[in-house]
Amino acid sequence: MSLNAILAQTMLGLSTGVFYAMLSLGLAIIFGLLNVINFAHGALYMLGAFVALIGYSYLGPWLGFDDYHMGFWTALIVAPLVVGIFGMLIERFLLRRLYAFDHIYGLLLTFGIALILQGILSNYFNISGTAYPAQPDVLSGIVNLGFMYFPKYRLFAIVFSIVVCFATWFVIERTTLGSVLRAGVENPKLVEAFGINVPRMVTLTFGFGVALAALAGVLAAPIYSVSPLMGADLIITVFAVVVIGGMGSILGAIVTGLGLGLVQGLTQALYPPAANTVIFFIMVVVLLIRPAGLFGKEV
Amino acid sequence: MNKSLLTAACTAGLMAFSGAQAADQASNDSVKIGVLTDMSGVYKAIEGPGAVIAAQMAADDFGGQVLGAPIEIVSADHQNKADVASSIARKWIDQNHVDMLVGMDNSAVGLAVQGLASEKNTITINTGAGSSELTESQCSKYGIHYVYDTYALPVGTATAIVKNGGKKWFFITADYAFGHSLRDNTSRVVKELGGEVLGSIEAPLSSTDFSSYLLQASGSGADVIGLANAGGDTVNSIKQANAFGIVERGQKLAGMLVFLTDVKALGLDTAKGLEFTTAFYWDRNDESRKWSQRFFDKHGAMPTMVQAGVYSSVTHYLEAIRAAGSDEAAPVRKQLGEMQLNDFFVKNGKIEANGLMSHDMYLAQVKTPEESKSDWDLLNIVSTIPAEKAYIALSDSACPLLK
Repeated sequence: MSLNAILAQTMLGLSTGVFYAMLSLGLAIIFGLLNVINFAHGALYMLGAFVALIGYSYLGPWLGFDDYHMGFWTALIVAPLVVGIFGMLIERFLLRRLYAFDHIYGLLLTFGIALILQGILSNYFNISGTAYPAQPDVLSGIVNLGFMYFPKYRLFAIVFSIVVCFATWFVIERTTLGSVLRAGVENPKLVEAFGINVPRMVTLTFGFGVALAALAGVLAAPIYSVSPLMGADLIITVFAVVVIGGMGSILGAIVTGLGLGLVQGLTQALYPPAANTVIFFIMVVVLLIRPAGLFGKEV
Repeated sequence: MNKSLLTAACTAGLMAFSGAQAADQASNDSVKIGVLTDMSGVYKAIEGPGAVIAAQMAADDFGGQVLGAPIEIVSADHQNKADVASSIARKWIDQNHVDMLVGMDNSAVGLAVQGLASEKNTITINTGAGSSELTESQCSKYGIHYVYDTYALPVGTATAIVKNGGKKWFFITADYAFGHSLRDNTSRVVKELGGEVLGSIEAPLSSTDFSSYLLQASGSGADVIGLANAGGDTVNSIKQANAFGIVERGQKLAGMLVFLTDVKALGLDTAKGLEFTTAFYWDRNDESRKWSQRFFDKHGAMPTMVQAGVYSSVTHYLEAIRAAGSDEAAPVRKQLGEMQLNDFFVKNGKIEANGLMSHDMYLAQVKTPEESKSDWDLLNIVSTIPAEKAYIALSDSACPLLK
């Protein structure tokens, strides 16, 4: 394979990797701080894409303003907010009742929520995907990177996602807010003694993790078609990424997300039949050598 | 009980009585048609609930009864699993006395059910699956393949493209039996016309990102990138090829199996100019428009070739029962083989001894957004591919029934 081809596949791998990173980051926050294995994460990512699609194509006519189309930039803010609030409602009214029990209850609940969301949307929308036509004009077209022609939009998605990921990492690992958050998990009683409302903090944190998934969904909408099963197709891979990175490790989620995207990209070029399974192969190897994952704390 | 209801009950009773007295009659006092389809998965839009509506329309348009017996439509979701489909088919035939099964998109489902039903002397009319095996080495006594097959699909598309200068081909192939067979059939057509096949990438089924495969195909120096895949895979390939400017920079995409609903999913901006072979397009003539509008009023979407095929095949099946004077599989199958099929879907169609319904196919091209005048105004029909060119000749068929 020529150098150009390797560079090209690297770029493609990166553009898959940023989605893995954003989704596994949300999962890591929710698991690391709340101890919830959120199987609805893929469905909430899908919901983000659907909020963008519905905002553009259906909202205007529903409300009687036929000319209104919610644009991409608006969707980039509105979808995470709407889905984030939906997530907080799930946490407040459903998940909270299960914290006293084993992880598995949270897992089953969120899995059920995912199935319900997918079922409802499959009933109303085309399952093989609906085009999201609101990609902004500034980002349409291709740029010549020298070694390949690359869509401007994908370039934007890569840069934007990396910025969001590292900003999140910075807030959690390097600021006072983040340390309060982490302390609240370690010792809720103590943190409450300082006058901090821990249950509310937990709700907001869950909402934030979910909002990250929805944000990834909006970013994905112009690249892939919007379909009720887009999250289900992705979530298993993303869970593998989280396991490889180490459950709950923020940095691990980001770095392995990007890294495994690259590995997958190169596999697509070198041996396509293994492209969908290479990540699981790596997962097996990593678990054999380091059961806690690459960035996980050894117990 | 009010008077009209009483009258209706009496009439129904009388009709049942007169039906029983007639010389010709249906077994078990009804003709039951089972629509076995994908109601929730990837092929839902292609066949699915729309096929059930189409079958019901056919029964209603026929007057709701044949040989004095009521026509009943039942349906079930095969979930794209051959074992689930087989157990539903077995139950339908053994316990519920279903006389004919229609639908069965998904080749694995189609092949499993066709074999099983034929053993139990039941007619199947496959409208959705692609595999030409249904009428080749795995053909069966009562199995009919109605709408399209992997032999016919590339004939129109590849011929047109090679003749327009698209000589060098590279394939992106869905990595399972259907994709391989579509690629091989297309390669045959390309080579016969003097074209060249540079290579093929086997992409895993349901990949979300095809850009890597597209880039490799694009880098091969081919004139044409042939998509030997279907449904969501085709939609994603075309969408991403567009995003990477592959078509813009002069390479052509050829979808080997494209449905109306795929074009709708892609949008005209992305799909414009794409050429493919289809058995039906709603806006082809007055007859097809008239039926499709009725379908649209019930389903909310224009019919795919598969859904139109369900209506057509159910109607001809009922006509065959009437002509044969029985709903037993043997006389009905014989009658179907002798009839000339003519309606809004098919002109001068004929069901061959191997079960293949050979009929004209059409080469379609997706309109540009400027050409399109309404929501479903999506295609131009470029040319007609006569039946004898589209389908494998009976003399070349590997079906054991012909020996």
